[in-house]
Amino acid sequence: MRYHTPATFADAATIAASAQGVTRFLAGGTDVLVQLRAGSVLPDDLIDLKHIPEVHSITRTADGGWRIGVAVSGASLGANKDLVADWPGVVEGMELVGSTQVQGRATLTGNLCNGSPAADSVPGLIAAGATVTVTGPSGTRDVAVQDIPKGPGKTNLKAGEVISALTLPARGKNAGDAYLRFIPRTEMDIAVVGVAVSLRLDGDKVAEARVALGAVAPTVLLSDACAKAIVGTTLDAKALDALGAAASGECNPISDKRGTKEFRIEVAGVLARRAAKIAYDRAKGAKA
Amino acid sequence: MSKIHVTTTVNGDTVEFLADPRETLLDCLRDKLGLTGSKEGCGTGDCGACSVTVDGVLVSSCLVLGVEAQGKSVTTIEGMDKDGELHPLQRHFVEKAALQCGFCTPGFLVAAKALLDKNPDPTETEVRYWLAGNLCRCTGYDKIVRAVMDAAAEMRG
Ligand SMILES: Cc1cc2nc3c(=O)[nH]c(=O)nc-3n(C[C@H](O)[C@H](O)[C@H](O)COP(=O)(O)OP(=O)(O)OC[C@H]3O[C@@H](n4cnc5c(N)ncnc54)[C@H](O)[C@@H]3O)c2cc1C
Ligand code: FES
Ligand code: FES
Repeated sequence: MRYHTPATFADAATIAASAQGVTRFLAGGTDVLVQLRAGSVLPDDLIDLKHIPEVHSITRTADGGWRIGVAVSGASLGANKDLVADWPGVVEGMELVGSTQVQGRATLTGNLCNGSPAADSVPGLIAAGATVTVTGPSGTRDVAVQDIPKGPGKTNLKAGEVISALTLPARGKNAGDAYLRFIPRTEMDIAVVGVAVSLRLDGDKVAEARVALGAVAPTVLLSDACAKAIVGTTLDAKALDALGAAASGECNPISDKRGTKEFRIEVAGVLARRAAKIAYDRAKGAKA
Repeated sequence: MSKIHVTTTVNGDTVEFLADPRETLLDCLRDKLGLTGSKEGCGTGDCGACSVTVDGVLVSSCLVLGVEAQGKSVTTIEGMDKDGELHPLQRHFVEKAALQCGFCTPGFLVAAKALLDKNPDPTETEVRYWLAGNLCRCTGYDKIVRAVMDAAAEMRG
């Protein structure tokens, strides 16, 4: 295994593009090292991104959004009070990843690029309308987070492409987001279902909404049907029922040791209702 | 396989070693530097027995490559006492019988110290969540949590 420490994303992309065998980028390593040690993925080239300037920083963008470096750990994300105030749902998704020790290293971008349908931070990012900047041999492009996952363990990134930054849009007024997951324990487990809701209010009515569902299909889903069920409502009982039914209707899950297909479909509806209520309360000013 | 020369600081001392890039920081600490206090319980980030801090951040050293330690400052359980005098956490673990076989203990101590450095007055719930990634097969956790709470109280004075 060759270990590379490029100083720019362009260099990282060049190394990846010219690599012949198995290539991995190294952010927090909490997936890469587990796969390396299990022998399931033995990279020929490992490209450590942590020597590139800016990868550890969180900055406000000119329009009031956030630019998050690709090596920012879950612990540093949670320590940024202004970011937490804007996007509590995004941060709570990431903070559910692993233990304190894992939080010291694990990143949003690594969680996204590992390609797990149960990745805890991805529904929150999709609901938030986050984008990533992709640097490749022929320049950079911006891609919506929901267009990155392709299937379990697979992304739509091409050979030689690396994510160079993650951007959250400006939060704006009267808005809130939330993420909930179901696991059989209280800590340290993989989501059986995860649901994120981000919405904006106009008075008491939901003016805009984005709902993302995790662990119920081969990739995390952005659900238009769920958004339609609540836009224009005050999130009354009828709207919540419609949201729950829409969420259950979107699911195409597997059965495994953590939960059956039927259970996942049911729980997706329950969590969608609960997450929507939390997001609504936060939009009304409730603190995370 | 060509090895990489790594210079790093461990418990305040500058150290150097040659690492195959596939070797973990835990392997390097134990096998190259003779610091066998950090244990390998799982090797997959699940048990916390290999807990160390890197630049002040608590991590599992089985999920860090040795070559990533270049230029960093690492602290391990071996750096916890002061010239043979036990740290209050270590003393309370002994006094409260917060260990049986002891395999998980270095990890718990390093993790608990990282918590108290950040938050000298944690609630019991905060202690339990902070230590959720440290597994103990012997004690049932209660004595560990009590030892951490008591050490924190003593350190606050
Ligand atoms: C004990 C334990 C518990 C865990 N619990 C959870 C959990 O509860 N929920 C959950 O969702 N996950 C969990 N995980 C999985 C893991 O911690 C997360 O997926 C984490 O966010 C991965 O981030 P990382 O920075 O460590 O990624 P890395 O391991 O560094 O990289 C992961 C993948 O992303 C690619 N990659 C990284 N950065 C880039 C980039 N900039 N551009 C392109 N590709 C890139 C790498 O090539 C690799 O394939 C757990 C892991 C462990 C060890
Ligand atoms: S040995 Fe590192 S977490 Fe178990
Ligand atoms: S004392 Fe034996 S594992 Fe904790």
